[in-house]
Amino acid sequence: MGLFIAQLLTGLANAGALFMVASGLSLIFGVTRIVNFAHGSFYMLGAFVGYSLLQILPGMVGFWVAMLLAAIVVGVIGVVVELLVLRPIYRAPELFQLVATFGVILVIQDLALMIWGAEDMLGPRAPGLKGVIRIMGEPVPTYDIALIVITPFVALALWYLITKTRVGILVRAATQDREMVSALGVNQTWLFTGVFFLGAALAGLGGAIQLPKGGADLMMDFNILASIFVVVVIGGMGSLPGAYLAAVLISVLNVFGVTYIPQSTLVLMFVVMAVVLMIRPYGLFGREEVAGEHGQVGEVERPFKPAGLNARLMVAAFLFVLALVPFYGSTFSMVLITDVVIFCLFAASLHFILGVGGLVSFGHAAFFGGGAYVAALIVTYSETPMEFALMLAPVGAAMAAVIIGWLCIRLTGVYFAMLTMAFAQLLWSLVYQWGAFTGGDDGLVNIWPSDWLNDTTVYYYLTLIVGVGGILLLRHAAHSPFGYGLRAARDSARQAEAMGIHTKRVQWAAFTFAGAMAGVAGGLFVFSKGSIFPSELEIARSFDALIVVFLGGVKTLSGGVVGGAALETVKDFLTRFEYWRMALGLLIIGVVILAPEGIVGSLRKARESFGRINRPEGEV
Amino acid sequence: MTEVLRVEHLSKHFGAIKAVDDVNFSLKQGELLAMIGPNGAGKSTCFNMMMGQLKPTSGAVFLRGENITRLAPRVIWRKGVGRTFQITATYQSMTVVENVQVALMSHNHRIFSFRPYAHKLFRDQALGFLETVGMQDQADRHAAVLAYGDLKRLELAIALCHEPDLLLMDEPTAGMAPKERLALMQLTASIVRDRGISVLFTEHDMDVVFGHAHRIMVLNRGRLIAEGTAAEIRNNTHVQEVYLGGGQLYKKSEEGSINA
Amino acid sequence: MKLVMTTIGLIAGALIGFGAANAASAESIKIGEINHYKRMAAFAEPYKNGIELALEEINGSGGVLGKDLEFIFRDDQGDPGEAIKIAEELMTRDGTVMLAGSILSHVGLALSSLAAEKKYVYLASEPLADALVWESGNAYTFRLRTSTYMQAAMLAGAAAKTGATRWATIAPNYAYGKDAVKAFKEALMAINPNVEFVTEQWPALFKIDAGAEVQAIERAKPDAIFNVTFGGDLAKFVREGNTRGLFEGRAVFSLLSGEPEYLDPLKDEAPEGWVVTGYPWYDFTEGPNKVFVDAYMARWNERPGIGSLVGYMSVQTIAALIEKAGSTDTEALRVAFADLMVSTPVGEIKFRSQDHQATMGAFVGKTALRDGAGVMVDWEYLEGADYLPSDEEVAKRRGGN
Repeated sequence: MGLFIAQLLTGLANAGALFMVASGLSLIFGVTRIVNFAHGSFYMLGAFVGYSLLQILPGMVGFWVAMLLAAIVVGVIGVVVELLVLRPIYRAPELFQLVATFGVILVIQDLALMIWGAEDMLGPRAPGLKGVIRIMGEPVPTYDIALIVITPFVALALWYLITKTRVGILVRAATQDREMVSALGVNQTWLFTGVFFLGAALAGLGGAIQLPKGGADLMMDFNILASIFVVVVIGGMGSLPGAYLAAVLISVLNVFGVTYIPQSTLVLMFVVMAVVLMIRPYGLFGREEVAGEHGQVGEVERPFKPAGLNARLMVAAFLFVLALVPFYGSTFSMVLITDVVIFCLFAASLHFILGVGGLVSFGHAAFFGGGAYVAALIVTYSETPMEFALMLAPVGAAMAAVIIGWLCIRLTGVYFAMLTMAFAQLLWSLVYQWGAFTGGDDGLVNIWPSDWLNDTTVYYYLTLIVGVGGILLLRHAAHSPFGYGLRAARDSARQAEAMGIHTKRVQWAAFTFAGAMAGVAGGLFVFSKGSIFPSELEIARSFDALIVVFLGGVKTLSGGVVGGAALETVKDFLTRFEYWRMALGLLIIGVVILAPEGIVGSLRKARESFGRINRPEGEV
Repeated sequence: MTEVLRVEHLSKHFGAIKAVDDVNFSLKQGELLAMIGPNGAGKSTCFNMMMGQLKPTSGAVFLRGENITRLAPRVIWRKGVGRTFQITATYQSMTVVENVQVALMSHNHRIFSFRPYAHKLFRDQALGFLETVGMQDQADRHAAVLAYGDLKRLELAIALCHEPDLLLMDEPTAGMAPKERLALMQLTASIVRDRGISVLFTEHDMDVVFGHAHRIMVLNRGRLIAEGTAAEIRNNTHVQEVYLGGGQLYKKSEEGSINA
Repeated sequence: MKLVMTTIGLIAGALIGFGAANAASAESIKIGEINHYKRMAAFAEPYKNGIELALEEINGSGGVLGKDLEFIFRDDQGDPGEAIKIAEELMTRDGTVMLAGSILSHVGLALSSLAAEKKYVYLASEPLADALVWESGNAYTFRLRTSTYMQAAMLAGAAAKTGATRWATIAPNYAYGKDAVKAFKEALMAINPNVEFVTEQWPALFKIDAGAEVQAIERAKPDAIFNVTFGGDLAKFVREGNTRGLFEGRAVFSLLSGEPEYLDPLKDEAPEGWVVTGYPWYDFTEGPNKVFVDAYMARWNERPGIGSLVGYMSVQTIAALIEKAGSTDTEALRVAFADLMVSTPVGEIKFRSQDHQATMGAFVGKTALRDGAGVMVDWEYLEGADYLPSDEEVAKRRGGN
């Protein structure tokens, strides 16, 4: 009994920092509709800034002053980010801002490395709270008790701010109907800035307050990201009580998970999330309308036209150039182009459901990595020829997509995005923690092509044919009746249903098709690298694809491919420099601000303004 | 004349509120039936139940004798019921003619076909429907840039695609200029005549209702309070009472007094 | 649409230019070094410094085969797929003669697989995974650093002497942690079959919930604890354990925790009395160890880490290898690697022909606090050769490779 209570208290104490960070994310999303990938970076900055402040502020008073100051400093950094990076792009297409926040992650990573160095920092203990008290004989750290007491106060203060003050009422109104708030004459931009300050400050506070239990290191940003997304989604987007309850739920479950299923703690969190979302699709306290209309849709997509003769000739010429690379290029140029083509296929498959289908998936890596793992497992555990395993990669990925799609397609908007991410993470944690079968993080190695394909040049041609073929197939699908049905479901599900189209089934089929194509890319990937590791299923991999689709241009047919090729090439170049992450981050932010329609979309606009192609009517 | 649609004891309750309460009526082939009533009378709720968007609390809807209550909208559509929306719903990313083509693809069970190019599929047929509603000259325009009245006409074209024998139109002329309204209703009336389609529509504009409907139903607070020809409805004291309260029936429209 | 094509045209143009920039100078012998310079900067930086120090010394005294030795350093972001791409670039474009590097085991395994497939010689300098030379071992991969098995076996030898029978283990839930616990259990039970493992804790790497882990271990009431967590996880575990009194009256054996990279961040909270493997650079008074430490501190003005030593030894290994092979031809290098002897700061080491593992040993000692920082005391250097399984066992684990 004593132990049980002690464990419960540990869980409650752990929930503190998690709640603060997650509530900040939830708040920012609720009001600005920005999915802030950089929220983990604010948390990390809170830890580093807090650490530095604690070096100069001594004593018990100094400690708590440092906590508050760290929150304020990070809040101000949040405001700077909002003013410089996000404000110029509020009118960009829906969810486009997440690309910018991804750039912010990269910049902050390098800045933190420059300022605080590479070594992990162990947080100082809280003065006056270093000991334990015994509860039924079990030691409970006094700092844990402090956290358990403080967290509800922070939650209550937030609750008071949101429900009882004028600012809070505006924030809540904005969460539900932003047009209304601006119609009431409230200066929306400053409301956004204020919310960003509050959200970032909460993340900073969370980072600072965990210092006595841990410290500051450069991997904190990504390490917490999955957990806070899980908390926000389980609690319900934009709900403070939900975030608190979910943080407690996850933390307490984790403590008992550590005791009873120590090998599967990662899986546990995502299973809980998947179960909650299947029973309550909008989280414990979420409301459907928050997930629905986003109120910031940009310009409407243009009608598709099949490529004209000139365009086709140019693509043919380009492919011809690529086909001749083995005759004039170096071996490495083939290796690089192989990588780029695979990535482009992956990005194009995401673009198909995201751009054409309007379904924003945050977990597309599940099918890329899934396909790769299917091929690798088949080769590892059976005497299957490589050619056959390569063909089974899309089949396996499609099977995963059928199941995940069936569970996710019921949801829309950001809930759909979050649930796809949860399932991708579930798959990742399974692969990662089921080492006996999947090799865990040691992965599966020696997955090479058959002898006749093993030559770099031959494999280059294989990738070129299959990869370009896949991309063309996706394009064809967009131009087919199925593509039209999918766009119909995106543009107006109501009308589509009223004309006999089973929209959910169309979307499910599209999700599966895109999953299969990502599986093709994954299959090509694993045999080009000879090995596969869980990192191919990580959130970061899903983000990669997401970023390039947005960078290329969601509302253009070739956005995925162009974005993929551009990013891979730039990355290959930039990683040769020491502070490449900052350079890449700044580049991404720059593109986002200067070209909010994405590369292809903005180039198209630029050409239109030069009058070289016909401006679509109705445009000024 | 055969009966196309029959509604029996249809009710929809939201908690204690009876949005629709025990509504009964039927619709004959080739008939143009109007459903009127003040705001909040339950017209749209009624429509949504007939089209499957809302599940009724009780009661049933029969299409040519077949019970279609609780079927999904897309299933009801396949049984030959077309509809237009109060707030237009078209595919903004497509051209006008493509909007119609998608309906034709659906009607011909081609949605799951992966064969490009869809923009060539059923194009002539779609142009035919656009011609019916007088939009053939705008066929290749981007739907997102259409005027509101044109969107309404486009919806009508879409609704005609699968040769329905029943058309449900929820405020077909809302938001249109008076001249456009008249034109659209004349168009609808001529389609009803030519193709033998039955139409049930709701409408706020009494010129449109009294000018074109063969029969009129009046809904108030979820209940059907009157039914009959234009003359009968106009002289019904109960209806006058309701509308005097609502202050709408005798409000002069821009064109002048009500003419039968 | 057209302008998409223009873009594509531009990229195509750039691609055509690819073949051109290919001139490699013949004056130096180039080695491709791939590491996680950004992602694991705290470990990769001392390692890189060690390499540069050794390069300066060797090239200052005439280089190898009359040429300068040159390393090309590339960052793989800790991503195996990226590492593979860079390896190909180094070998086919930059004219490197062999590959070296990686700290993370999975990147090491990916590079090893590539090495076997494309026939590149790869010196896995730092990754610890046992699979690298055993289950996934191959003809082209050689490993320098004392492996997980060897270090765990060294600690098991000391652990047996405590007489503790009820053991708890805590290790990050990934391959390195699992290898270490398995090796420790095997080695300990081989010496004392009566020991019992009462709980095994597996926190997710860098996501430890230290309070909960400490409670779970306390619940099992062990006599002694074997720890494999490191980095931030270790810091949190030590702090929660100290706060909650987990370590009172218990012997703790901890892998790698005496390495400066892991011990220094703990500052005055470093645990006392733990038996650890590590690198007591501060305590050398004479001999080649002292010479290396002095040279390093003179050159870089900072303390060396274990990574510095491994980096330094990597260069010594490669120089000795090329001298022995007499050429930079891959086949010659591969053959020369068998039973290659290298003189290093820790003494003479040998790359065993049966599994390509070097016999580099490790320093084992007890942790203590000195001037507010953790150090190792009562340490001794254990020869790696004494802590490897029998040749039959090795042959079995290496299988058909």
